[in-house]
Amino acid sequence: MTTTAATSVNAPTSEVRIRHSQKGQWKRRAPLLPALIFLIIVTQLPFVATLVISFMRWNALDPNNKGFAGIDNYRTVFTDPTLRSSVITTVVLTVTVVLVSLAIGFAVALLLNQSFIGRGIVRTMMIAPFLIVPVAAALLFKHGIYNPTYGLLNGSITSLWDLFGAKNPPQPDWIGSHPKIMVEVELIWQWTPFMMLILLAGLQSRDGEIMEAALVDGANPWQMFRNITLPHMRQYLELGGLLGSIFIVQNFDSVFTITSGGLGTANLPYTIYQTFFSAHDYGLASAQGVVVVAGSIVIATFALRVVSSLFVEEEAGR
Amino acid sequence: MTASATVAPSRTTTTRKRKSSGVRASSLSAGLASWLIGIIFFIPVAWMVLTSFHSESDAGTNPPKFGAPLTLDGYREFFGSGTGQSPWPALINSATASVVSTLLVLGLSIPAAYALSIKPVRKWTDVMFFFLSTKLLPPVAGLLPLYLFAQNAGLLDNIWLLVVLYTSMNLPIAVWMMRSFLVEIPPAILEAAAIDGAGLINIMRKIIAPIALPGIAATALICFIFSWNEMLFARVLTGVLAETGPVFLTSFVTSQGLFLAKVCAAATAVSLPVLIAGFAAQDKLVQGLSLGAVK
Repeated sequence: MTTTAATSVNAPTSEVRIRHSQKGQWKRRAPLLPALIFLIIVTQLPFVATLVISFMRWNALDPNNKGFAGIDNYRTVFTDPTLRSSVITTVVLTVTVVLVSLAIGFAVALLLNQSFIGRGIVRTMMIAPFLIVPVAAALLFKHGIYNPTYGLLNGSITSLWDLFGAKNPPQPDWIGSHPKIMVEVELIWQWTPFMMLILLAGLQSRDGEIMEAALVDGANPWQMFRNITLPHMRQYLELGGLLGSIFIVQNFDSVFTITSGGLGTANLPYTIYQTFFSAHDYGLASAQGVVVVAGSIVIATFALRVVSSLFVEEEAGR
Repeated sequence: MTASATVAPSRTTTTRKRKSSGVRASSLSAGLASWLIGIIFFIPVAWMVLTSFHSESDAGTNPPKFGAPLTLDGYREFFGSGTGQSPWPALINSATASVVSTLLVLGLSIPAAYALSIKPVRKWTDVMFFFLSTKLLPPVAGLLPLYLFAQNAGLLDNIWLLVVLYTSMNLPIAVWMMRSFLVEIPPAILEAAAIDGAGLINIMRKIIAPIALPGIAATALICFIFSWNEMLFARVLTGVLAETGPVFLTSFVTSQGLFLAKVCAAATAVSLPVLIAGFAAQDKLVQGLSLGAVK
């Protein structure tokens, strides 16, 4: 209510001010321009180039046969079965990692929102996975944890079997038999802290007075969670989910390191990298890029809506 | 909302009393569960650090030898004692790309954030969302034109190309973060300074910078982390000379025989700057990662 009042008061004066000084507007814009121009040149021009190249027949291994290809590259993108499977892989990978890390992250955030001994230590331990360089984390999981002969998983199974005097402990080939799940587990391990941090911040922004009023009115913990916490957390869950999706759709490091895109784990970024770097098919790689951008715009539209609703709320609260 | 606010003060004392008895039991089980999950998530990190201090023969055992004698051999190997391949050039490249791009990001984002908060341009929200939207597009889609450009301009395998790209990668995050910090500065101080005749640069240097310093530091740490972690651009656009830490890591594993201790030492060493930066910025981490949307 305060915002509407403020804007209605401010509006006429700022209108007048704008009409009075066009020069003043440029003076205001000046500090913004370097950043804006830099960003347009470095991030927007390449996309325009990608769009142009996507309509070209251009393979670096066959440089003389270069020309306009029409929509041939796009036809390949939508008919090639390996590409279709990489689209599915990307969707499955992103959805699984985002949902599972959101669920675990929410549970941990709820726990960390209570007070108990060593809360700060647990919080620090929970954040640590996010602070390992992604390639290093993928290498650690591939060699240190999943490796069938000396990885921590099979090593622990052996220790456990030895403890009970059992013989021939099972020693599964984790990556070989469940490649996708293993990539997902590594990513969930890295991204749960991210979700937890956002959701914890959300929990701490709950209105304490409403909570106390509900408690006084005899609401049980489940009712409070269902009717107060969950509606309040909805936007934070959406924010975590969408930001997480954006980062995980773009994931390259884990797929590249753990499986090298083999065993059906190649996602779109990895496939584009392959088309460009190994097959040298520039036209096709660009068409794939354009399709990925189109897909991202769909997610981005939702993401922007969520961020802007949080943003507007914050501004209003100011 | 206003109704509950006015009634609440009289009720708070009773609720607090009622809370204390029931809460203790639930927070004990919450504490145990938190510790359990925290330890599970921490085990891979602990295992990485522990293994990095073991000898290769102790690291490659099954079952694992947790109590094996500690040694610095893994780190000696990583720093090139066996192969003669020093990681320092790669680490220095990473540091150059991360630090210089972070400084550039700050130089561009602080004035921009000023024009979006303290003296906002018209339609400043549109500008904010333009910045954000560039972050939502997958970088892999722009990789090929950048590669072709670098090839023609002779910038392949040049660390300064990465500096520029990392700057553009982090600029939107920094603008959003910086704005959320600058908006907190009380306008009265700035007005007073303007009346006293202080120019934009003086206002920035003498008033905004000191107040916004913690925010600037947090933004810098986040940008540093993202640049230090980046691998796709570094892998495609660099070769021998401009190779960065993460790229060096991937080339490091191809050797034959036992290498787990060496890999763990390498992973720990390369992650160390991020761990330090991340724990230093722990409280601001969430604000940066959510682009300033969450405080």
